Amino acid sequence: MKVSITVNGKTHDGDVEPRTLLVHYIRETVGLTGTNVGCDTSSCGACTIHMNGEAVKSCTILAVQADGANLTTIEGLAKDGVMHPMQTAFMENHGLQCGYCTPGMVMAAVGLLNENPKPTEEEVRLGLEGNLCRCTGYHNIVKSVLAAAGAK
Amino acid sequence: MIPAAFDYKRASSAAEAISLISQYGSDAKFLAGGHSLLPLMKLRLAQPAMLIDIGRVKDLSYIKDAGNHIAIGALTRHMDVETSKVLHEHAPLLSHAAGHVGDSQVRHRGTIGGSIAHADPASDLPATTLALGATYVVQGPKGQREIAATKFYKGFLESDLAADEMLIEIRVPKMQGAGWSFQKFNRRAQDWAIVGVAAWRRKGEAGVALVNMGSTPILATSVASAIAKGASISDAAALASNEADPQSDLNASTDYRKHLASVLVRRALEAASK
Amino acid sequence: MTITENKPTKIIGTRLLRREDPPLLTGEAKFTNDLNIPGALHLSVLRSPFAHAKIKSIDVSAALKIIGVVAIYTGKDLQSAWAAPMPCAWPVTTDMKNPPHYPLASDKVNYVGDGVAAILATNETASRDALDAIDVEYEPLKAVVDLEDALSDKNIIHKDLGTNKSYTWPLLVEETPGCVEEAFKKARYKVKERYVQQRLIPMAMEPRAIAAVPQPFGGDITLYSSTQIPHILKVMSALTLGIPEQQVRVVAPSVGGGFGSKLDVYAEELLCMALARKHNTPVRWVEERSENSHATIQGRGQIQHIELAADEKGKITAVRVRIIGDMGAYLQLVTPGVPLLGAFLYAGVYDIPKAYDFSCTSVFTNLTPTDAYRGAGRPEATYAIEMAIEALAREMKIDSFELRKRNYIKKEQFPYTAFSGLTYDSGDHLLAAEKAVKMTDLAGVRAQQKKQNVPGATKLLGVGMSSYFEMCGLAPSRVLASLNYSAGGWEAATVRVLPTNKVQVITGTSPHGQGHETSWAMIASEKLGVAPEDVDVLHSDTAISALGLDTYGSRSLPVGGVAIALACDKVIEKAKLIAAHQLECAAEDLQFAGGTFSVKGSPDRALPLAAIAFGAFTAHNLPDGCEPNLEAQVSYDPPNFSWPFGTHMCVVEVDTETGAVKILKYIAVDDCGNQINPLIVEGQVHGGVVQGIAQALFEEAVYDSDGNLKTATLMEYLVPAASDLPSITTGHTVTPSPTNQLGVKGIGEAGTIGAAPTVITAIIDALSSLGVTSMAMPASPQTVWRTIQEATRGGKK
Repeated sequence: MKVSITVNGKTHDGDVEPRTLLVHYIRETVGLTGTNVGCDTSSCGACTIHMNGEAVKSCTILAVQADGANLTTIEGLAKDGVMHPMQTAFMENHGLQCGYCTPGMVMAAVGLLNENPKPTEEEVRLGLEGNLCRCTGYHNIVKSVLAAAGAK
Repeated sequence: MIPAAFDYKRASSAAEAISLISQYGSDAKFLAGGHSLLPLMKLRLAQPAMLIDIGRVKDLSYIKDAGNHIAIGALTRHMDVETSKVLHEHAPLLSHAAGHVGDSQVRHRGTIGGSIAHADPASDLPATTLALGATYVVQGPKGQREIAATKFYKGFLESDLAADEMLIEIRVPKMQGAGWSFQKFNRRAQDWAIVGVAAWRRKGEAGVALVNMGSTPILATSVASAIAKGASISDAAALASNEADPQSDLNASTDYRKHLASVLVRRALEAASK
Repeated sequence: MTITENKPTKIIGTRLLRREDPPLLTGEAKFTNDLNIPGALHLSVLRSPFAHAKIKSIDVSAALKIIGVVAIYTGKDLQSAWAAPMPCAWPVTTDMKNPPHYPLASDKVNYVGDGVAAILATNETASRDALDAIDVEYEPLKAVVDLEDALSDKNIIHKDLGTNKSYTWPLLVEETPGCVEEAFKKARYKVKERYVQQRLIPMAMEPRAIAAVPQPFGGDITLYSSTQIPHILKVMSALTLGIPEQQVRVVAPSVGGGFGSKLDVYAEELLCMALARKHNTPVRWVEERSENSHATIQGRGQIQHIELAADEKGKITAVRVRIIGDMGAYLQLVTPGVPLLGAFLYAGVYDIPKAYDFSCTSVFTNLTPTDAYRGAGRPEATYAIEMAIEALAREMKIDSFELRKRNYIKKEQFPYTAFSGLTYDSGDHLLAAEKAVKMTDLAGVRAQQKKQNVPGATKLLGVGMSSYFEMCGLAPSRVLASLNYSAGGWEAATVRVLPTNKVQVITGTSPHGQGHETSWAMIASEKLGVAPEDVDVLHSDTAISALGLDTYGSRSLPVGGVAIALACDKVIEKAKLIAAHQLECAAEDLQFAGGTFSVKGSPDRALPLAAIAFGAFTAHNLPDGCEPNLEAQVSYDPPNFSWPFGTHMCVVEVDTETGAVKILKYIAVDDCGNQINPLIVEGQVHGGVVQGIAQALFEEAVYDSDGNLKTATLMEYLVPAASDLPSITTGHTVTPSPTNQLGVKGIGEAGTIGAAPTVITAIIDALSSLGVTSMAMPASPQTVWRTIQEATRGGKK
């Protein structure tokens, strides 16, 4: 089926099989491999991207459902070679270790602050309930998001 | 991770969706937000031959004040239910419960209609709308009909919806002056409830429904009538454990579930009475 | 030439931000499955749905008709592809039973997930579809799931072995024969406890991924794998496939966590290599999450019996331990050795006499093989001794911290020769414990507890504590030899100063989240007096880093990092000879500081490293016999393990009506000697602690009686999220290790080792007034509630 999907400002037109998951479309058809797959049950959030400005799990959306949508992936967050404040905050607060959950975690965190610019620690923890990390124990992730919120 | 192959059609109106599903029959499934169906398809636990995407039926995403009730379009996303000012004012129990469905990414995609039509007893919104005395409006080839939530749930993942019918609207009576509480007990915030309780209370009246306490969402009528007869909260709540014969699973055996139901109903009624 | 000035800054000990982060944060980092490999065929592995069954027949005809499917192989088809069975590198005893284990099963499957057929297709969708189209006829056999049942040999899994028992490994240390028994006879106090270490699934966030790329001519092959052990994998895969080792190159691209689960030689790695060579085409595979739960190793899985004997003051006089270890269906790379890594630690941080009786018997079950998972044997040991100490304190009716204090090895006893003969390098347990007590405000919490835990209260407060010792930094090769391990414990490093005074560090460690690039650059920077950004760290590619023993067991810093420091020393030694030659002085008269050699007493006679590096490159003016270029290679075998230690405490609130446990406060005081980068140390502790909390409260690989895994996805296997956890307060003490020049110890596993007993002892403390004295892991709400019911039933409430 023919779809037209805008990813990080660039529109891609092409045919996809209906069963193609959006995350596979992004990784394989568009060729942006920053968005990761960590599970098969929509539990881990590694595949989180923004769809029309909101955080979603791209493993639980068919590419055909995203026809006409405007997507931002982790690759679209930095502008002109300068990292997004959330990316900087993760770096400065050691909010990542292996980095596999990181693209999804950062996209979820940016989405969280879009909806709640000044969250409490508890709101950050709850707001990231859909993203799993196995390395950091979340301590520094929470710290990073709070730092990014303060920097805004 | 890769679903089995299927055909895909997109409906632009409820009428078109119904005509398509009538045409393709039982091999076809409606796809709304997809957050109930796609996880099953990725594990190949569901393999529909045809998906009818109703996600673009735009006139089914709304929250309207309709006088004595609030009308919610079936394709309204959890996120919109959660943040709706109209619902905050007139049915805060529902908007609060919607904020506990899955996680924020799920709430950006999943819809209230999808959740109710899936009729999962472990879902938050079927029980919550049941507690609130909601009515569901469904549309089929012969037109629309209304089904009381109390008559809707027939069995595990089974509802009164016919194969060629589509849920189009949820009508929730205004809660006028009622206290309310939603108690969701789980081990991780993102998980389904092990047991959940949606409850409201207004003087001698109460509505209580239970999440994940049986093959369907359960309206705890014995608790409500005990309250109506003036029973104490703890005496009324104790009745909750006998409302259902819940299943055993990894997180809870039947006896523990029953125990939890009473504790959570008591807490919900206490909170709703404040 | 320009000579850049070397600044004598202090780098070690600073919170330098990680150089690894920008590519990971922007999505530019390449994990194995991100690699673009044109023409690669996709491998899917058909897995057994039965825990134990005979394979009667396999019909692949329908699957072969699927468009895109290239070939399908069964275990029998590939028998000739293997020069040897899959490797187990740790035959712990000479009579250890080790059933042959091949990448695909041929006649019989032995766990749910055992490979049955390998599908190659031009795309992943086709290979996935083919899985559903293969028809296998099985004859189910009785599955052996329970450890004690396995031990009974009622149903034997590997018939040729004649038993389910793999080995018994005893460690009896007695001052005089029979003194253990004697001590128990004479003991004023005794405790006898049984604990179950549930199976855990490591769940690194990156599922495993592999790509094997053959060269068109000559037989060379490159294996890209999300592995912790490229070097070990290179040797082992070459041996298993019968390929000359020099033809195998292994690359670990960005690796998304391991925790021991990528410390293995896996069937899929061997399948990709064998099939890539067979088809002369790249072959790749990526694991799905629910596949990972079955096909990647699991951790823990022990039943522990521990007995302590103590005198009237509570001084421990003897320790007796019996363990049953769950090996799963086969022995993977170090499966049998995991319980032994804890064998020396069942006396914990305590000063005990030579009266120690340990024995581990390990058995096969029809479950996924176990192997090293974060801590590997040491969290289990620490849990048992710390829980037993609590039991002893209850028996004696004294405070458990008081009991610990009476038994701690004292600061002045270090270096301490333990009952086992092992030497504990340095420690100050009391200092760490007192710091933790202060940070917890123990007195304040106890006062609050008195107020809150009144009869009838339903929210009960509890405080937990554990003190741990970790035996890490694997390891002195001679000690490993005495444990029958097949390899050594050294690590290699090369340090090269380029003509422009930039530095290349090549390490044999293989990071997967630990920040080695940053930390190793800091070490070289400090040693050589160059800026850290002028140091490049190369790793995880056997074509670049030819020698190494990789990353596990908290070994990377105390072995690999020290190797880098030693290689820097060697570079400096060589540079000093060149400097002496050029400054026309004796080498002994030179000092090196801040990247510059100067003559002692005449600081104006100086030569910076930059000039020497360039001089070594041009080789125009070198002393006689001096080779050009400034580089040095070191293989460092540590003289001892490193022994980090610490005390963790936490405060919990238990809802007695629901059984829910909430951690209100978690304090971790860890001592890993000198810290290279405290930012990274804290991160390791946070993550480790949460994995320990996860074992205590959330996680368990649950199997039914037929051997089916009921927690295969992340919906059922409860890896906790931020919303389910507390923040962690870290503190530290610094007791440098005297056995290495950096004074460092490992920190990767410490948090995990400390956390589980801390949480469980806190829950028991909270419920002590209800008569609760034990708590199974994970302490799920249901388990806590049921334990309360059992304790209060018929008893006083």
